[in-house]
Amino acid sequence: MKIVVCIKQVPATSDASIDPVTKRIVREGSKAMLNPFDLYAVEEAVRLREQAGGEVIALSMGPESAKNALVEALSMGADRAVLLSDRAFGGSDTWATSYALARAIDTLGGVDLVICGKQAVDGDTAQVGAGIAAKLDLLQAANVGKTEALDADGITVRRMHERGWDVVRLRFPALITVLKDINAPRVPTLRAARAARRAEIPVWHPADIGADPGRIGLRASPTQVVRTAPPAARSAVTTRIAGAPAEVAGELVRELLARKLL
Amino acid sequence: MKLTGEQDRQNSADVWVLAEMTGGALHPVSHELLGAARRLAADRGCRVWAVALGSDLSDAAASLIAHGADGVILVGDGRLQAFNDELECNVLERLVRKYRPEIFLGAATNRGRALIPRLASRLYAGLTADCTGLAIDPETGDLLQTRPAFGGNIMATIRSGGFRPQMATVRPKVMQALPGDRTRSGMVVRESVAPEDALHIKQILETIERRENTVNLSDARIIVAGGRAMKGPEGFALLESFAQRIGGALGASRAAVDSGWIAYPHQVGQTGQTVQADVYIACGISGQIQHLIGMQSCKTIVAIDIDDTTPMMQLADIAVKGDLFAVIPEVMKALDRAGVRRAPASTEADTEEEEQC
Repeated sequence: MKIVVCIKQVPATSDASIDPVTKRIVREGSKAMLNPFDLYAVEEAVRLREQAGGEVIALSMGPESAKNALVEALSMGADRAVLLSDRAFGGSDTWATSYALARAIDTLGGVDLVICGKQAVDGDTAQVGAGIAAKLDLLQAANVGKTEALDADGITVRRMHERGWDVVRLRFPALITVLKDINAPRVPTLRAARAARRAEIPVWHPADIGADPGRIGLRASPTQVVRTAPPAARSAVTTRIAGAPAEVAGELVRELLARKLL
Repeated sequence: MKLTGEQDRQNSADVWVLAEMTGGALHPVSHELLGAARRLAADRGCRVWAVALGSDLSDAAASLIAHGADGVILVGDGRLQAFNDELECNVLERLVRKYRPEIFLGAATNRGRALIPRLASRLYAGLTADCTGLAIDPETGDLLQTRPAFGGNIMATIRSGGFRPQMATVRPKVMQALPGDRTRSGMVVRESVAPEDALHIKQILETIERRENTVNLSDARIIVAGGRAMKGPEGFALLESFAQRIGGALGASRAAVDSGWIAYPHQVGQTGQTVQADVYIACGISGQIQHLIGMQSCKTIVAIDIDDTTPMMQLADIAVKGDLFAVIPEVMKALDRAGVRRAPASTEADTEEEEQC
């Protein structure tokens, strides 16, 4: 079985603090990390390969430094990794990103299953997985919380939704996006981590994946950011209540009623 | 590979709302989307169409028209009962190519967030997820879509240039529905599933609806959430009765979920759900950054904790210092004394109420 796991490097969420005036989160530094949902995607890919045989290829698009995310996937058990990196890819929105990733998957050839995390925590759009599936005409299931069965023809998964879940059967080729409770990602051994750092990670450019230059990068992206602004500040005033339990409870209820929140 | 983008400004008109059907009934977010669509249509001088896909749509059309649709396109088919991404996408792709809407709005529910990106990808259209603001640019007539990014740290305003339709999803409870007006009338168009729509689709083997208190964090007006200081499953049993008492949904921090005290669907934060409730009551949650970015968009934040130095107690609008296990039972007694009536917790109640109007 040939599995591609799509991963993204995102800004790290460590080193943040709360601005006392606006009560908004202030991010500092420019550290990067592997998108947290992608850890579960990598783990699931490796587990399915351990069960069915075959190979796991980790795929990412981003600057040269995104190789760090791919190294992490390799250390968890991915067999090889490919990075899409080129100035021509820069500024791609979710449409153009999923186009490039779909071209790369098509180039790898014979892929049975594509696994993505539920969403990336920087954009929170959850659009790239479905975008890849649409462009390659793959059957898709988003928000997968459990793999029920796997065989040579397809995969049966539990797709979670607001009111419960569906059990769905996807014939290969297919794409799933996974939630956190699908597995517990392994901690790479030191040896695996060392080997991963030494691995050759090829960098692919638009020509390597047969990408139409008119479908990649900022100019081909249907969405354009017009402006960004900080969100409206929260009130800096905190009403503080302390004292004996019965007193603070009474005061809290009065406060909630006064603000018409109950 | 199917790529188009042939639809442009000149050959597009009207605002479409994709009705959200859950368990065969119209979800209230459909009416909220129609409320937003009416305001956009007024600025564009165009009509609002609602599109509904499902197995039984007998009541949907009247309700959609009463809440703002000028016309309704219904696709009724037994195969559309359970959510099938590929089938719905194929049907909608055909309808969009046929009628060419200028704007396409859908719900940012689990279903919408799987289906609509697939559709946008097929249409080579721009799609903005989880919009909190939608407006027409008075100069260009384009749709301006505002959404939070980086966990609510930045508000980005996005437009789709010349690409049509301009597509956006909106979460439940973000937009205002108009009051239902049963005197409104509208056209009803019936379309069907074409044979080619169902050629290459998944199989849905079974649909399980949870019987117990559903975890509708994304729809909840009030959320009661617990963290590490709830100490165990017993702490969460206390929170559950508190949540039920005030008609809230039960949330949790990652620490509580990872400790096995409560199931993952309750997790709020970066690797759980992002919520936008009116009231978020954080009980014994210290407020790690990964949690805060999942709930900082809630309108009012209440924190209850014995330690008043935590980030959550700093962020809160109302910070209560005290022993959770003593304070929460007292709060429930105080609610009784104040005559606060028990509220129904489930969204089913909302749906039924909406359906009556």
